[in-house]
Amino acid sequence: MKSSKLYVVPIRLSDNSLLDPLLTYLAHSFRLETEVLWRELDLASTHNAERDQYHSTAILAQIIANPPDDAFRMLGVAGVDIFVPVLTFLFGEAQFKGLGALISTFRLRNEFYGNAPDMQLFQERVLKEAIHELGHTYGLVHCNYPGCVMNSSTDVEDVDEKNVLFCRVCAGIVEQGSPH
Amino acid sequence: MDKEDIGILIVDDEFSVRDSLAKWFVSDGFRVGTAESADAAMSKLGEQPWDIVLLDIKMPGMDGIEFNRHIRSVDKDIIVIIITAYSSVDTAVQALKDGAFDYVSKPVDPDDLTHTIRNALEKRRLAQENLQLKQRIEDLTMPDDIVGTSPQIKRVLEMIATVATTDATVIIRGESGTGKELVARAIHSNSHRRYAPIISVNCGAFTETLLESELFGHEKGAFTGASARRKGKLERADKGTIFFDEIGNISPKMQMDLLRVIETKQFARLGGEAPVKVDFRIISATNRDLEEAVATGEFREDLYFRLNVFTIDIPPLREHPEDIPLLANYFLQMYSRSMTRGVREISLEAMQMLASYDWPGNVRELRNVIERAIVLSSGEKIIGRDLSFPFRYRAKQSGGDTLEEVEKAHVARILERAEWNISQAANALGIDRTTLYTKIKKYGLSKQS
Repeated sequence: MKSSKLYVVPIRLSDNSLLDPLLTYLAHSFRLETEVLWRELDLASTHNAERDQYHSTAILAQIIANPPDDAFRMLGVAGVDIFVPVLTFLFGEAQFKGLGALISTFRLRNEFYGNAPDMQLFQERVLKEAIHELGHTYGLVHCNYPGCVMNSSTDVEDVDEKNVLFCRVCAGIVEQGSPH
Repeated sequence: MDKEDIGILIVDDEFSVRDSLAKWFVSDGFRVGTAESADAAMSKLGEQPWDIVLLDIKMPGMDGIEFNRHIRSVDKDIIVIIITAYSSVDTAVQALKDGAFDYVSKPVDPDDLTHTIRNALEKRRLAQENLQLKQRIEDLTMPDDIVGTSPQIKRVLEMIATVATTDATVIIRGESGTGKELVARAIHSNSHRRYAPIISVNCGAFTETLLESELFGHEKGAFTGASARRKGKLERADKGTIFFDEIGNISPKMQMDLLRVIETKQFARLGGEAPVKVDFRIISATNRDLEEAVATGEFREDLYFRLNVFTIDIPPLREHPEDIPLLANYFLQMYSRSMTRGVREISLEAMQMLASYDWPGNVRELRNVIERAIVLSSGEKIIGRDLSFPFRYRAKQSGGDTLEEVEKAHVARILERAEWNISQAANALGIDRTTLYTKIKKYGLSKQS
């Protein structure tokens, strides 16, 4: 079977309502068929009690294990806070030119920073990080073109500053990597 | 510099640290390498150039502190950033004292890590820019050092201007101390290659083996002690000019190797096979008679013709003595300023001594004599006794050849040196004061003359 589908794997999300718009937009951005894939993951094994965070690389390994035959890309969307040992936190992690990516919505909510909830802003941030991490799976590196979704983001303000779109160069690379 | 040209080497014994940092920097577009120990890192350092080393402090075997010192001793340009746990910040401070650029504590905030790397790259960029600017300033100011208004020096300056705009090879001939390297630099700094470096090689200063390594560089392990890869002077001269001083001194084997580089514009580092392509202009200098060396078979004829498209002959100072006052005053100004001494002029007597010396060491010797005189001088003026010559003073017989003419010049010089103290001068001449007065009268000498 030809692999052509982007599977989105929800992981302990407090609100699944963001999935529909996310799938629609990702389908449009990457010109892929998108589908939610519910998977039982062993999150407890990835939990670090001292940091009260979940090991991103370990979760990603579970997401991509035994992928569906038609999986072109797999994206985990986690409601928990994720980390790798050397960094304090991550917004997301991706396999460079690989199958899988993972984003965390934990630090994308306004409430995390003590501000009033803003659902629309939250959904935009989730979408940007999802496109960004999936961009890495196409071999894209961080881009300096102002506003490109592949701009590096190390805090939420960086996320807000960029667009949900690729610049022309990055879009061209994604196009080349497309299964169509 | 593109990010993909910047190499980051991550040295940490923990796999998860290496793995996650490698992913982080790969997604940032850098060239990334990892090593699990200092030993493995040393191998990586020898394989290819790295710009930044992220170094864990606590590792089995050689720890980060020691390895940081090793890196500094091998290549000071590599930027070392220490990775440390909060508990070992004191140790990280020690690493900073040893020359590390910065440290980050595990776990590090992604924003801090990004800023640290950005700062490191900025520091590196500024250091490289500073070096290039220094080199450029040096290159651009060098032509001013060729001082002279004599027809011989004007001719040299004309030839520099003519040949600088071409890419022709040049051989500069002249006695030791005539300023052959200055002429080479003047050609370079007036050429289209002036924004790239001019690299000097003193072919007479090395044994054949060392010169080979100096020129071609070497791969790691090419010989005992070659613990890391090193670029040679040919590689460093790429896009610029290479200046071979004392070219007549290179061995037959080196002549052949050099000819091959000139013809193919490429070479391999010692102990390596990969060709390194180079594009440079060659300027050579010699104080030997190369034509004679070619005739006797000591110097390859084919190499001679490759190197000698254009020849510039620099005259010895004794052949353009009219430039001596100009040169002496130029060096006086230069050293008086740099040594912050208030020496402003050269006395007539001292200038006469300078003008009447035959300068076997040429302009370099004149420069050294003036520099020494400024140090010795106690007033605003350099006088005769401030001058000391490295070679025995050999005055030119400009006053004539008769015994009377020689005597007149000698008596006048001794009187000047004694600042017209008759007793001192008579004592120096080995005659009594009355005889000296008689000679002063006979030759019409006066303090002003």
